[in-house]
Amino acid sequence: MMTGYPREQIRRTLADPRLQEAIYSATGRLMEHRRQVVAPEVLPDYQELREQARRIKEHTLENLDAYLEQFEAQVRARGGEVIWAKDGPEVADFVLDLARRSNARLLVKSKSMTTEEIGLRERLEAQHFEVVETDLGEYIIQLAQERPYHIVAPALHKTREEVGEIFSQRLGVPRENVPERQTRIARTVLRQKFLTADIGITGANFLVADSGAVVLVENEGNARLTTSAPRIHVAVAGIEKLIPRAQDLAVFLKLLGRSATGQPLTVYTSILSGPRRQGEWDGPEQFYVVLLDGGRSRVLADRDKRQTLYCIRCGACLNHCPVYRRIGGHNYPWIYSGPIGKIASPQFQGLTEDPWLPFASSLCGACAEVCPVKIEIPRLLLELRAEIVKTQAREGQNRWERLGFRLWSWVMTRPRLYEALSLAAGLLAGEGSDQGWLRQLPGLLNAGPLRAWLDYRDLPAPGRSFRALWRQRTARVRE
Amino acid sequence: MISRDHILNKVRTALGHAVGRTAAAPPPARLCVPAWTVEERWQRFASALEKLGGNAVRVSEPAEAQRYVAGLTCGRAAVASRSLFLEVCGIHQLAGVRRDFRDPGELRAACAEAEFGITGADYALADTGSLAVFASPEEARLISLLPPVHIALLPISRLLTGLDELLSLVPNPAERSSALILITGPSRTADIEQILVRGVHGPGEIHVIVVDDRETRS
Ligand code: SF4
Repeated sequence: MMTGYPREQIRRTLADPRLQEAIYSATGRLMEHRRQVVAPEVLPDYQELREQARRIKEHTLENLDAYLEQFEAQVRARGGEVIWAKDGPEVADFVLDLARRSNARLLVKSKSMTTEEIGLRERLEAQHFEVVETDLGEYIIQLAQERPYHIVAPALHKTREEVGEIFSQRLGVPRENVPERQTRIARTVLRQKFLTADIGITGANFLVADSGAVVLVENEGNARLTTSAPRIHVAVAGIEKLIPRAQDLAVFLKLLGRSATGQPLTVYTSILSGPRRQGEWDGPEQFYVVLLDGGRSRVLADRDKRQTLYCIRCGACLNHCPVYRRIGGHNYPWIYSGPIGKIASPQFQGLTEDPWLPFASSLCGACAEVCPVKIEIPRLLLELRAEIVKTQAREGQNRWERLGFRLWSWVMTRPRLYEALSLAAGLLAGEGSDQGWLRQLPGLLNAGPLRAWLDYRDLPAPGRSFRALWRQRTARVRE
Repeated sequence: MISRDHILNKVRTALGHAVGRTAAAPPPARLCVPAWTVEERWQRFASALEKLGGNAVRVSEPAEAQRYVAGLTCGRAAVASRSLFLEVCGIHQLAGVRRDFRDPGELRAACAEAEFGITGADYALADTGSLAVFASPEEARLISLLPPVHIALLPISRLLTGLDELLSLVPNPAERSSALILITGPSRTADIEQILVRGVHGPGEIHVIVVDDRETRS
């Protein structure tokens, strides 16, 4: 649905001092953490790593067909299955069918933007399955029935008091405002879920073509539990998540943790390939990877803007964006907020869905400066602006066209008026008609929308009307 | 199957590729392995892990490792993996330590109750203070995950410089195991007001005991 610039909503965010403080200090802290671990004294080859990461992403997308097939073959070779999904409903259909076939009741999920993007949890809940988010921030957001505020820190906007309120209301536990104790509460509730869940659903930070591996990074251990405890593991990932070799992880893992939270490596990195093997005590018995297109192949077709798909969802561009830092994550039209949202939304959701979006930027360039895969966000914003203006001009023209046709049909249903007008037009058009086709309009009419319309079309030159001809003919017959 | 062909076709059309085209050669992998001595690796590992709130201990022989673990567990309930190195260190003989289970369900129940999970580690990474563990019949995944305290033991010869060295030794982890897990410090979150809390879903406490080999023993 086309939305206008959410002026009122943004005013409310700006006028909420508590929220302003929460966004500003959280993003500020994340910026500072990142700065400390990418500084030249601690990571001298940071710029080379970025360059290599960008080169690998560029190469992978240029050869994506081959890498997708290699990945599929590798997953199969290790006893897993690959499912291809054009869109969100196809992902949900697969998971629903799998859940029914395997008599599953409870599904646990670890944080994944891709499943947020397609509303997977909601689709499963609508069919009466219990689906539980297990990342602490994501769990808070699920209980609050909101959408994530930030790619990396979904509950960034919630204070401990609000979390205490949400927990006591939704879990029926005594009110608790100390984050450490709140975390204990979540641990206890979710531990039970992990141990009884039938299916674990995850996203993927990377898909490795040469190993058929799904790579997950996290700090809490919920992704490890999601992929170790239930008997079935389903990973849902966009087709752009491919990287050629496991060895490329040396570059990407170093950049991802540092850019996201300032960690040289996140606490847990899981490199998972296939179900548990002979003799293993745990791990899933069934392993599925759902490859989602969801508009990605369309974005891929644009050689220049395809770099949008390099994104490794580190969130650094959000933290460094002066606009995000003021308006927060809920004033963007789609699940991806901040600078990456501004270039992804128009390409995935349609150029004129939220035409204001790429314009709401000062083009300060901070995002491109920190992006670990060097996406040229400001330049793409300019390009999208130009495209939007062009599209709107074309659509504006269409509006004139529609108006013209309405007028035309109104005239057509009024025979006497039509006759009078066509007589007049026939006289006026004299010089512009070319063997019965009107290619040019006379005088003042030869301008604006009508002129543009005729640039691509010819109109039969108005002559005597059918009624006039008919009258003449019947008159002749009577004679 | 229909969606598979549909998506692959769209990708090929977007790229202007014909069916069956093979990928061009990727840019060479970038792996940098520094030449750190054993002592340097140990120093870096210990300081990285301690910075994360973990505990790194170096002992000169397996018997000392056994004594150290005994001092940590004090006979309380612990589940130990079937790792050969734990055998070498005599961990399975300690009071309260359980290694043998009839089936996966029993192992899982024990892990959910135990206060300590004791495992080996295939490698450790000096620059980040990480452990690298391959899931296998000897190393169940839940032992380093469910109990609130994780204790890991490994010989110092397995202490690598970092991720780059690990991936040059094991270029394709999938060939070796269904799961390679890197563990870098205790489980943590900062999801509520960016306040650091340890021990969310995984262990809030981690002890890594590095045991000298014959060559490094002084
Ligand atoms: S666009 Fe770049 S900085 Fe922003 S989330 Fe993606 S990878 Fe990170």
